[in-house]
Amino acid sequence: MTRGRGLTAIDGAIALIAILLVVQMWLLTATLEAHLAGHSEPIVPAAIISGLILAACAGLFVFIHRIDAEVRSREERD
Amino acid sequence: MSISRTSCGSRTMKRVVQGKEPLWRDEFSIETAAESYVARRQFAKFLVLTSLGMFVGHLWIVIRSRFASKPSFQPQSLGSLTDIGIGEVKLFSYPTPDDPCILIRTVSDQLVAYSQKCTHLSCAVYFAKQENRIECPCHEGYFSVKDGSVLQGPPPRPLPRVVLKREGNNLVATGVEL
Repeated sequence: MTRGRGLTAIDGAIALIAILLVVQMWLLTATLEAHLAGHSEPIVPAAIISGLILAACAGLFVFIHRIDAEVRSREERD
Repeated sequence: MSISRTSCGSRTMKRVVQGKEPLWRDEFSIETAAESYVARRQFAKFLVLTSLGMFVGHLWIVIRSRFASKPSFQPQSLGSLTDIGIGEVKLFSYPTPDDPCILIRTVSDQLVAYSQKCTHLSCAVYFAKQENRIECPCHEGYFSVKDGSVLQGPPPRPLPRVVLKREGNNLVATGVEL
């Protein structure tokens, strides 16, 4: 993979992480509102979804690292 | 950061040794493209850590909701029923002196009591007799006088309701429902 394509892939992954973060932030505020209002039903499902979002973000981060390592090793070889 | 600099530095050093690049490039081995790689990786790491922080926040809410003890409320006399006429209000504090509440005898002769703190930004709400609703003067948040639910405006939650009990001619507050 060339450096330019690698950067494009990394930019895309970062954009995805940012979108997931916005969703997670909204989820956290909504859960806090529900908790303060005395509704405990949505708290556990929201925490599970938040964990899934975290896992997705971590997966994308690993993807970024792999792309980065691949491009660097290729450049080292060249 | 250090890995990328090392790899960048070794690459540049290779070129320096080969006589392709001047020495100052090795001394100040900042390559824009490589640096942008590092900046993106650091930024992605920051975003993932932020996500981790929010997940920890979720866990904290779960723990709070599971293990927090329910508050206990002591009964408190609010005085005689005859003290308050139809359409009038009486202010009191419950369950602590720092929790202002409003007791309303509605036009339909029902007694209801709510926390006087608006759930938006804690402004003191008042009973608007003409409109038969509770209003917050700060941001025009309106609440139903029947159940404290939000009718209009920015308040995100209903007003906490004070549970009332009649003991003969006396009115007693016995708890708060969120």
